[in-house]
Amino acid sequence: MRIIGLAGRRLAASIPTLFLILIGVFLLLQLAPGDTVDALMAQMGGGDAATARELRKFYGLDLSIPAQLANYLWHLVRLDLGFSSIYGKPVATVIMERLPPTILLMTASLSFAFFFGLVSGVIASHAVNKWPDTLISTLGLVFYATPSFWFGLMAIVVFSIYLQWLPAGGFEDIGEVRTGIFRVMDIARHLILPTLTLGLIFLAIYLRIMRASMLEVLNLDYVRTARAKGLDETRVVMGHVLRNALLPMVTLIGLQAGTMLGGSVVVESVFSLPGLGRLAYESVIQRDLNTLLGIVFVSALLVIVVNFVVDLLYARLDPRISAEG
Amino acid sequence: MDAVKRYFRSPAAVIGLVLLLAVIAMAISAGALYPRDPLALAGRPLVWPFTNARFPLGTDNSGRDIAAQIFYGARISLLIGGVATVIAVAIGTLMGAFAGYYGGWVDNILMRITEAFQTLPNFVLLLVLVAVFGSTLTTVTIAIGIVSWPAPARLTRAEFLSLRNREFVQAGRTLGMRDLQLILGEILPNALPPVIVYASVVMALSILLESALAFLRLSDPNVASWGNLIGLGRDVLRVQWYVSAIPGIAILVTVLAVSLVGQGLNDALNPRLKSR
Repeated sequence: MRIIGLAGRRLAASIPTLFLILIGVFLLLQLAPGDTVDALMAQMGGGDAATARELRKFYGLDLSIPAQLANYLWHLVRLDLGFSSIYGKPVATVIMERLPPTILLMTASLSFAFFFGLVSGVIASHAVNKWPDTLISTLGLVFYATPSFWFGLMAIVVFSIYLQWLPAGGFEDIGEVRTGIFRVMDIARHLILPTLTLGLIFLAIYLRIMRASMLEVLNLDYVRTARAKGLDETRVVMGHVLRNALLPMVTLIGLQAGTMLGGSVVVESVFSLPGLGRLAYESVIQRDLNTLLGIVFVSALLVIVVNFVVDLLYARLDPRISAEG
Repeated sequence: MDAVKRYFRSPAAVIGLVLLLAVIAMAISAGALYPRDPLALAGRPLVWPFTNARFPLGTDNSGRDIAAQIFYGARISLLIGGVATVIAVAIGTLMGAFAGYYGGWVDNILMRITEAFQTLPNFVLLLVLVAVFGSTLTTVTIAIGIVSWPAPARLTRAEFLSLRNREFVQAGRTLGMRDLQLILGEILPNALPPVIVYASVVMALSILLESALAFLRLSDPNVASWGNLIGLGRDVLRVQWYVSAIPGIAILVTVLAVSLVGQGLNDALNPRLKSR
């Protein structure tokens, strides 16, 4: 229970950060040329000044900036993100519709990167400076330097256009109506390439961290003791080394959550996935500032939640942390 | 000089340096080799690479020379990457230095701001900045610098925390040096080496950020940027995939070169870490 208390305190401490972000971005967006009404009028193919004035009044855009900010924050406290004039729905609804693909994509990429990063890191650390290590480390460097959107495009060329194994984009087949397990399989097939694309760079990072922290732990005295008492290598690694080597990996998940969310903007655009990242891109293009602000809020919230989960995980892996709290 | 010797002993670091010099050479020679505007029409559209001696790397959708765009793209990538890195490291070191040196409420406030920047996904913030300030070369570069400073700030702060009570600082204090003198003249030079090594990471990420932005057509469309070319090639990906493939390799090589040089510098400057 102390763990929850500790994590809860960290969560509460992030509320001021959240408000700082919102106020900052809100003020920033005030500097943008044109507002929602301008965009709306342009979409309608123009209109007279009187209509514009009325619309501005309707959206509360005729108030002073501090009043608008106070208005926005007050709505936010009640989890009301305002109205998206471009999509014709409340921003919260639009975001909720777009959230599942992104969360699915992030979870899948994270699991992929974490698992393979861990395995290849362990292999590399066990063959330090021999050929498997050299091969894995070189691949890691190349993955790290590969722009994800380019990797995605090349994967489409190979797997969708030439081999025709996997779909080139979209979240599911819209041609046929599927239900149950068939729908799940279909979505999974659509997510393979985006997952690889988004996960690749993180795989490279996890691999490097895992290799380094394994090497560090393998040299500690208690590992020598474990070996001295005759445990075989697998048991030493699984029972003694891994748990401690995992700590830096877990820390990294929290630190990379934001980067991953940013990366999904690009990956979702490559594979035309109807997710939050794609929505962010669309709202920039269409100048839908209300939606953009909502996305900023939700993504900051998402990062905070991931960090909260990481705190809990951390305390499980290293009991000393909760004892100190 | 020991560090130089150590640097050249690592094959990876040498390869990185050679690649980086090659990219720099491309950037410098672009004007001499291709005196015409790289975005001007040069010939028939979609000529495959290696089929026409005039266009060794072929032409893109509208008949512009891909090789010329690759050479000029090196300029853009290095320019944006370099300047954005200088901006990020400058902001980061100042913030980190003051937070680490003063501690207390200064540290509290500065770290809150840093945290706010880190909580916000940097690509999303980049989109917001570009949406507000437009996407000319200058604004894109500054925006990338602005979203990249938190990591150097944390690094500098950590260095300052460990250095601020060392003997040489206390000696300076007894001599009556003022805070600013201590921060800039005494501690900063000692805290800088790891930050400079880290700058290679910032530069690699900046180049990737710009290319992603250009790919989404949110960067400056009036310059020959590798990301722009990849975005353009996407329209003809089905058959003429080389239009996207070639600039991607250029980005990969450049980012790889910068990372390898950074790692080589790190190993050369911190030999103890290398022995593991």
